[in-house]
Amino acid sequence: MIADESRFMTQEQGGIPVFLKVLSFMVLMVLVFTGIANLLPQVEGQAPKEVKVDLGTLTMDAYIAMGETLFKGKGTCTLCHNNLGRAPDILALNMMDTAAERLKDPNYKGDAKDSENYFHESMIAPSKYIVPGFGKAGDPSPMPKINKAPIGLSDIEMGAIIAFLQAKDGAQPTVPLPTETPAIAETTHVAEPPKPAANAEEVLTKNGCTACHAVLDSVASIGPSLKAIGARATREEIRTSIINPSAVIVEGFAPIMPANFADKMMVKELEMVVDFLAKSTSEVAPESSIDTEKKGEK
Amino acid sequence: MLHNRLPQIVSKMAGYPLSNNQVVTLSQTVLTLLALLLMMSLVLTPDIAWSSSDIAKVTETATIDHPAAPVLGPKDYRQIGSISSRSFVWVIAQLHLFLAAFVLAVPLFVTVIEWIGVKTGDQRYDDMAHEFMKVSMTAYSLTALFGGTLAFSLFLLYPTFMAYMMTVFGNQVLVYALLFFMESGVLYVYYYSWYALRYGNKKYVHLSLGVLLNGVGTTLLFVANAWATFMMAPSGVDDTGAVTGGIWDIMRGPLWNPLNLHRFVANIAFGGAVVGAYAGYKMLSAKTMAQRAHYDWMGYTANFIAVLAFLPLPFAGYYLMAEIYAYSQQMGITAMGGILAWLFIVQAVLIGTILLSANYYLWNGMARCEGAKRYMGLIKYIAVTLIVSFLIWVTPHTLILSAKEIATLGGSHHPWLGPFGIMPAKNIAVNLMLIGTFLSFQLYRRSDKVITVPWAGFGNALMVAIYLVAIANVIFLGVYYGYFTNTVYKVGSSVAQVVSTLIVIISGVVIDSMMFKGAKILPVKWGYISNRGVYALFALPIAFTWLMALMGYVRSSVRTHWHVYTIMKDNSVDNFIPNIGHAGNMMTIATISFLLLVLFIFWVASLGDTKQAHPNK
Repeated sequence: MIADESRFMTQEQGGIPVFLKVLSFMVLMVLVFTGIANLLPQVEGQAPKEVKVDLGTLTMDAYIAMGETLFKGKGTCTLCHNNLGRAPDILALNMMDTAAERLKDPNYKGDAKDSENYFHESMIAPSKYIVPGFGKAGDPSPMPKINKAPIGLSDIEMGAIIAFLQAKDGAQPTVPLPTETPAIAETTHVAEPPKPAANAEEVLTKNGCTACHAVLDSVASIGPSLKAIGARATREEIRTSIINPSAVIVEGFAPIMPANFADKMMVKELEMVVDFLAKSTSEVAPESSIDTEKKGEK
Repeated sequence: MLHNRLPQIVSKMAGYPLSNNQVVTLSQTVLTLLALLLMMSLVLTPDIAWSSSDIAKVTETATIDHPAAPVLGPKDYRQIGSISSRSFVWVIAQLHLFLAAFVLAVPLFVTVIEWIGVKTGDQRYDDMAHEFMKVSMTAYSLTALFGGTLAFSLFLLYPTFMAYMMTVFGNQVLVYALLFFMESGVLYVYYYSWYALRYGNKKYVHLSLGVLLNGVGTTLLFVANAWATFMMAPSGVDDTGAVTGGIWDIMRGPLWNPLNLHRFVANIAFGGAVVGAYAGYKMLSAKTMAQRAHYDWMGYTANFIAVLAFLPLPFAGYYLMAEIYAYSQQMGITAMGGILAWLFIVQAVLIGTILLSANYYLWNGMARCEGAKRYMGLIKYIAVTLIVSFLIWVTPHTLILSAKEIATLGGSHHPWLGPFGIMPAKNIAVNLMLIGTFLSFQLYRRSDKVITVPWAGFGNALMVAIYLVAIANVIFLGVYYGYFTNTVYKVGSSVAQVVSTLIVIISGVVIDSMMFKGAKILPVKWGYISNRGVYALFALPIAFTWLMALMGYVRSSVRTHWHVYTIMKDNSVDNFIPNIGHAGNMMTIATISFLLLVLFIFWVASLGDTKQAHPNK
């Protein structure tokens, strides 16, 4: 070995094994990072907790206090509404005066006529009016809808915040005290009643009949073929087989047909399928109920 | 083989004879196109739309309905003894992600190195590529083990949540499983056929296998990313969580492609850093100078890959964060201005460590070549720039102060350090650090060359001008739009800063490649780097690993108390964002566990080359 190279071949010179040196170095680095993380302010992000409020004994002062708690807590308003310039610094502004000014702004295109409604509109439809100097021209407001997820404040909670905004600068809140829990429909999604299928083919497809029975374009053989069912069963037998499949089990097939079609299908849908299958007297498919409907329209 | 026969068949049909070179080129093209087509078809899977006739088996509920996301209660969560389910899944998931990132990244740069070996005719590249793949093979098994454990633990501990995710993603998870079969098959063929397909036309077959392997691996990454981004920014579902769209609508949410880009690039940087540590360890343990020189060269190549991939990573991260802000301002501010803001100071420490380590390695590496002496005078200026920028980057906006200190200071922000705590200052700092790192790299590349082109003076002047203009632009944009205009313009000006940095990097690479033509090459003494400098190769993967864990903590925490943001609330006992100290401890557990696994992987890789001498001989 050239003398110049000997300074690099430290392994031959003995001492602490390379493995230990490298491992120690890496573990030490990790511990430095861990230490830094543990030296910083330790803050946990708690999820909003449900608080039961007795509306019967609620006073306006308590309602205002509730609003302040919500403003700084569950509403996450101070995340943006602070002195860092992301959104108007609500706590520093006189919001009653500010609301009045904004309602007079020619660019205001909302529906509010007073501060209470202005604050409410700002929470549920923030893009109606974006305060000049904030947001980007042409883009919707970066503020989320407060009554929707992820914040999801209820009407009572929004009312509390409005009361706080009005009261914090000495004004009298105009928001009425809640005296009863609002109807569930305000915050819960109520599904529209389902519409029946347009024709028998749709019913058969929607309920998965084609997965087991040979019908329409299906050649499945888990259950009996339905292609000529009208030739071997009456309308009543067909109807019974759908709503109470265990009443008659065709020889050679397992009794596995679901028994809940009576609950899943509407009466109109059941009758459409019974009609369609009753007309199916040969292997050739009957006239499509779609065509029948269109002819009827003519 | 078909790839040879096909061009010959075509030439016969056309009546046009092909030379051997043309056969080689055509077969290479055919195979590469086939591999690319397969990759594209995997990535652009047709929309797997739900319909009520999609029935897996006949059961009591013969049709598939699309329910709203369930509201979870205590019965929907399980625990193993007194172990926190979140902590358990956290460590397992993090280890799986570390290993997965590694095994997806290594084939990416291995294929490129293999191709360089073919183009240069230098077999050392081929040998190095093979050695990197050897390391990756053991890691692949471990990745699968941890992936399986993760899946079991998720289904065991969060059954209702997982049931909902299966309802949403449906058949896509089977596609993921199928891709694993493909990945395994191609991986084993790629590795074990290395010496069987080493030369001539067969080498192009092998390269095509590499392309195919990377296509499948990248698709795996994209598929899995969709689960994480769905939880952050759900798409293809309505407000109640009921599925309303096809699988493509569900996967292609607003954060999917930003995360795809970020993780793809980050994986390469991470993989390069880990194999760099392998090379560094082998180098320090070398018994001969020849061995030391070989692993020094390998370490340099790995570090080059890691730093090259790392340079655009902040921009990919910025793109991801910009899309998070665009999706939900609240989520973005939670991450960077709210409860998680301090985390990004820790991130600054880690990235600063990465950049300082990478530069330190390059500066030490200059000892390999006599020609580096002419550039050593610049090192101190780069070092000062890096350190000052690093200090600005780690300066917080809000200080850790007692009430008395706040009263004395007149606020929670320091009067003249406070301005360094906001994003414009940090954008200036990070761009300057990246420009400085590229300069170190450019000086290193020039250190073994004497440029001989007649326009060298003009070329150098142009390069200096580009650097000066870019630096001035970065500083001006940051100061003017950050402190003297509407806060809205901060974000837009950062794009121009990024472009300035990218222009420096791209023009540097282009100008140098032109100036290096016909350059006199000076001898490089591989192995002649101080052992101190080699330790930078260990600092890099540790910083990368801990940084990955940190970013995983951010990604999970921005969802706050939601399993699926705005859709499914987290009602478990762990439905809070853990403080950064606890998170740091968890990340350390995962990092040290990964370190031990990597040592095991390296040991197994070396074990394969160990042969016990026959006792009687």
